[in-house]
Amino acid sequence: MQRIGVFVCWCGSNIAGTVDVVAVAEALKSEPGVVFSANYQYMCSQAGQDLIKDAIKEHNLTGIVVCSCSPRMHEATFRKTAAAAGLNPYMVEIANIREQCSWVHKDMPVGTEKAIILGKAAVAKVNLNTPLVPGESPVTKRALVIGGGIAGIQTALDIADAGFEVDIVEKQPTIGGKMAQLDKTFPTLDCAACILTPKMVDVGQHEKIRIFSYSEVEAVKGFVGNFDVTIKKKARYVKEELCTGCGDCVSKCPMKKVPNEFNLGMDNRKAIYIPFAQAVPKVATIDADYCNMLKNGKCGVCAKFCQAGAIDYTQKDELIEEKYGAIVVATGYNPISMDKFDEFAYNQSKDVITSLEFERLTNAAGPTAGKLLRPSDGKHPEKIVFVQCVGSRCDACNEKGKEYCSKICCMYTAKHAMLTRDKYPDTDVTVFYIDVRTPGKNFDEFYRRAVEEFGVHYIKGMVGKVSPEGDKLIVQASDIIANKQIKIDADLVVLAAAIEPDKSARPLATMLTASMDTNDFFTEAHPKLRPVESPTAGVFLSGACQGPKDIPETVSQAGAAASKVIGLLAKDKLTGNPCVAHSNEMMCNGCSSCERVCPYGAITYEDKEFRMPDRTTLVRRIAVVNPAVCQGCGCCTVACPSGAMDLKGFANNQIIAEVDAICK
Amino acid sequence: MENKNLRDEIIRRSGVNPTKCMRCGKCTGTCPAFDEMEYHPHQFVYMVESGDIEPLLESKSLYRCLTCFACVDRCPRGVEPAKLVEAVRLAAVRQQGNNHMTANDVPAKIEEDTPQQLIVSAFRKYTK
Repeated sequence: MQRIGVFVCWCGSNIAGTVDVVAVAEALKSEPGVVFSANYQYMCSQAGQDLIKDAIKEHNLTGIVVCSCSPRMHEATFRKTAAAAGLNPYMVEIANIREQCSWVHKDMPVGTEKAIILGKAAVAKVNLNTPLVPGESPVTKRALVIGGGIAGIQTALDIADAGFEVDIVEKQPTIGGKMAQLDKTFPTLDCAACILTPKMVDVGQHEKIRIFSYSEVEAVKGFVGNFDVTIKKKARYVKEELCTGCGDCVSKCPMKKVPNEFNLGMDNRKAIYIPFAQAVPKVATIDADYCNMLKNGKCGVCAKFCQAGAIDYTQKDELIEEKYGAIVVATGYNPISMDKFDEFAYNQSKDVITSLEFERLTNAAGPTAGKLLRPSDGKHPEKIVFVQCVGSRCDACNEKGKEYCSKICCMYTAKHAMLTRDKYPDTDVTVFYIDVRTPGKNFDEFYRRAVEEFGVHYIKGMVGKVSPEGDKLIVQASDIIANKQIKIDADLVVLAAAIEPDKSARPLATMLTASMDTNDFFTEAHPKLRPVESPTAGVFLSGACQGPKDIPETVSQAGAAASKVIGLLAKDKLTGNPCVAHSNEMMCNGCSSCERVCPYGAITYEDKEFRMPDRTTLVRRIAVVNPAVCQGCGCCTVACPSGAMDLKGFANNQIIAEVDAICK
Repeated sequence: MENKNLRDEIIRRSGVNPTKCMRCGKCTGTCPAFDEMEYHPHQFVYMVESGDIEPLLESKSLYRCLTCFACVDRCPRGVEPAKLVEAVRLAAVRQQGNNHMTANDVPAKIEEDTPQQLIVSAFRKYTK
């Protein structure tokens, strides 16, 4: 028979406000096995934990029930408390009387009654608990970073500088991401390339970092400390180790009409290409969709001119298997499509562009060599209208846009407006805004400078429609402070398109069993206290894949994610979770039901000899669980038709005992 | 609030939730009848929300809305200002004790310069 102690927490007024904690402690005193019962204001405080430790020693307790907040919050705390007092930590049960009781009830008698029932269920379970000892698993001391934008670059550099090996998987032919496409960066206006490309070079030259460019993650298996990852290296038809990046192949390639994605399709590139001059790795890539040699075997010019002999038209996609201890997701963002926003005439006029396209138009390495020219006729635009919040802050039911604020648009629009007025003072620049949101160090000062020093017209109101008329764009908008409807004959309209997570994020989340929100942003383990960890152990989050972020924020978060990875990789062994499945070999009939449902591949079969009562030997096929791989999800216990599979710490009889206690 | 009952009735009748409005003014920026109106769409929504409905009932501009639904289509918050205009019109009609006209009465009211949109919306409104 167990000797159980019950500890009821007030959580200040969080629980005690709706639950009569004294009555709960009193009611649970008479439950079977309970020999001690107490209540205290904050059980998680030092004094509260001392109360538990003293009671364990004084009353020789063999199990304890803490009626408090969610086990996600303090189960680990109380397990440590129990262990410090010499009790097996798995003899601790939490009855959640806060999130599942006091917070959802308003009525004291109802809350109290439910708290008592939850407490009884926990007592019934502890009566059947057995001490568990966790196993240990080794840690592969290498990290994988998925995505080579500024987030992935910073995370990889920080991990590698701490002495651990890092691989970056980037689906484009070069690392650099969105930041490589930007011109200047707010609020200090330093040029993006000047601060990014040295970091790219650092990554390329770091002895601890390998870059898998033009590659994607194909499959992920395993668990924290022991991930097995399959990386697909897409055929680029150029031998990376031989290519010197000289660019001779690019200049000779006759296929000139390929839309250049780096300049968002505003100019063309060749079928063999290096995305930009500072690309890392600086290796050419053949676009198989456009290369005449690959399409119909007629060309071969690049191979003829390549002095390094790097061109290989027979290259195939290659699958690479690697092991990692930790995985960092840094898949970033994209602007949303403007196709559904007919009112802004994005698809009708070349002179209606997105802000990222504007970035390329003002970038010295862009399609106009940094001169601000209209895409339609190459003339200098004299009147420019910027439209904020295009597709951001929409109603949840809106099919065109996103519900959230994209966060970066106010600042980059102020930047664009300011830079335009600085370089071309005769240009008339108007910004239509709903609210200007500039919380950040030196951010509001920056926006005010655009208005006060650079004379940008900020109008509170929204553009209703843009109509192309001749070579002008008639912008019809409201000025809701002046209570007027205004029309501007603009030469260029720039839309601050909302941003969304990269499309590769959703399938990746499925591979990683990492959770996402309804917008496909990765969910953090705790929105305030664990912002760079995914709830899936060993998976970390860096940059805009977790939510809209500017560069300063992304870099801070990237460093934070790296420090979490370093903390994990610094360990030699990880303590496992002892609450794993095990099969009763006397009951198992080897049907394979459990193997089929196991999401972690933790179950295998073996033939085992059994001695029969008549002294004969019988060989039977039985299920065996690998405790290092099992995550304790319990799927197998449900699938097992003969009841052979059970979960330690959550055994079938324990759960039935809980249900019985609730229904009693 | 000045006129809470009438406000609640208009909100109920229109099925519009004016508190969803984020005051961006896209409705006003989009409205083709803007010049004809004393109270513009974004003001209209705000006035209903704050129960300031008497001036709307008395304003001639109540009938200048073409019910073209451009504001409904483009509102990023799904507020549907034109439906509020309809509901206030209905309140005005009911206060005067008048009934709706029928769809049969519409053709007689069409003049040469009546906008197409108005004719279509008149049929939409009275064919019920």
